[in-house]
Amino acid sequence: MTWLLDNLELIGRLTGEHLRLSAIPIVLGFVLSIPLGWVAYRYRLTRGLILTLVGLLYTIPSLALFVLLPAIIGTPFLSEANVVIALTIYAVAIMSRSVADALGSVDPDVKQAATAIGYSSFRRFWAVDFPLAGPVVLAGLRVVAVSTVSLLTIGAAIGIDTLGYLFTNGYQRGIIVSVLTGVVVTVVIALVLDRVLVVIGRALMPWTRASRSSERSGVTRAFMTARRVREAVP
Amino acid sequence: MIEFRSIEKLFPDGTRAVDDFSLVIPSHKTTVFVGSSGCGKTTLLRMINRMVDATGGELLIDDENVASIEPVRLRRRIGYVMQNSGLLPHRTVIDNITTVPRLTGVPTKDARARALELMDTVGLDRAMAERYPAQLSGGQQQRVGVARGLAIDPNILLMDEPFGAVDPIVRAELQQELLRLQRELGKTVVFVTHDIDEAFLLGDQVVILEKGARIAQKGTPEEILANPASDFVASFIGADRGKRALSIRDVDGERVVVDGDGNLAGRLTEPGAA
Ligand SMILES: Nc1ncnc2c1ncn2[C@@H]1O[C@H](COP(=O)(O)OP(=O)(O)OP(=O)(O)O)[C@@H](O)[C@H]1O
Ligand SMILES: [Mg+2]
Repeated sequence: MTWLLDNLELIGRLTGEHLRLSAIPIVLGFVLSIPLGWVAYRYRLTRGLILTLVGLLYTIPSLALFVLLPAIIGTPFLSEANVVIALTIYAVAIMSRSVADALGSVDPDVKQAATAIGYSSFRRFWAVDFPLAGPVVLAGLRVVAVSTVSLLTIGAAIGIDTLGYLFTNGYQRGIIVSVLTGVVVTVVIALVLDRVLVVIGRALMPWTRASRSSERSGVTRAFMTARRVREAVP
Repeated sequence: MIEFRSIEKLFPDGTRAVDDFSLVIPSHKTTVFVGSSGCGKTTLLRMINRMVDATGGELLIDDENVASIEPVRLRRRIGYVMQNSGLLPHRTVIDNITTVPRLTGVPTKDARARALELMDTVGLDRAMAERYPAQLSGGQQQRVGVARGLAIDPNILLMDEPFGAVDPIVRAELQQELLRLQRELGKTVVFVTHDIDEAFLLGDQVVILEKGARIAQKGTPEEILANPASDFVASFIGADRGKRALSIRDVDGERVVVDGDGNLAGRLTEPGAA
């Protein structure tokens, strides 16, 4: 308990850093996936290619990617850019498939009707196709958010300040409270972020009503996060 | 005036949906394309707003070849109403109605004021303006679809089986509304249906189509009924007519007369009540 009180400032700082470093890949992954997902959805031939490529990227172990990136793109070895880029790659891997699937899920009759009343294809994409794809896109984004928050803890292994530091440091020095605190705060961040996304989704898509099943899946995801976080302990 | 001149449509997969089709559609009248499923009605209709481009022949609107008009611009000046309304599910009723005016730059305020008037015109309660399409009945959705089609005050209104998915009572109501609207507005309406009764009820000119959009007969309902041009036409208009057994049903406390197909044929009123 004293450890907790003595280290409140450290926990606060790591939480802030963790939030900042998670936000960048989530936002970047979302933005980059829109054109990628669109191309995969629009052109049948590229669909398999793009989705297989990004799928393969996802199978590269994260620690390996953190370490390999400096060699590939020349970033400094201990730069947080490595972690941000690696997590963005994972986010793109998940999101571009979501966006492609989401665009494919839009009712073709509605798209035809929109064209028939005079939408150009560019305007139709932003005013009709993309908003109607929104619920499926959001589902993908929630997975990305939770997985990014948990994967980021591994950054501690290469010296980046994240909540993962509480695991590595606590483990090395035998402070169980530190490890537990790290897990709890990570899970709470993931849950809060998930909630925030749901609330934003509801505000932006008032025509949908959040269903019970999606409420429950937030909890399911939290368990997944907890497991990932545990695996992240070296 | 819309003029089809030897129009042909060969789809890439080899389907010849329209084969040498010629027709003049007069302005300010309702022309109905009627025929069985797959005969090419929708294809014909969609050529007018270039949702489908002809592979042969010419299509003129007021002597202007549609091939020379940019499709998006063309579609914004032609009203289009389809089965299942084709409303945008993520827009409220009023936003659906004002979609096209706003696309063409009409100020939102003006578009909304006009949309509310249109809701009156098509018999929709203004209180529904802020609802989403999913919160409306099928018949109400169709009314919104018609209001949207009229929102830009187009000369031409294309309607593809607009009342095909609503129950017979509501369909009869919507048909009467359309007749009333057409008396007031006098648009050039091109209406597609496979229901010959609907065709005869609504059409000033009825065009009966066979496979490949070949014209089996065209004329006013009276002309066609009095003088079927072929056995095909006779059976097409007779098939439905033969099984006409009228019966009386109770619907919503009202006594109505329906035919063998369940279509509304009339209402019973107490003498003096009407
Ligand atoms: N995009 C397309 N590619 C290939 N064939 C098509 C296409 N669209 C329509 N067809 C074919 O063209 C023919 C006419 O189709 P169309 O949709 O115009 O018929 P319809 O009279 O409207 O039928 P329905 O009453 O069922 O709506 C059909 O044989 C149809 O299969
Ligand atoms: Mg059709």
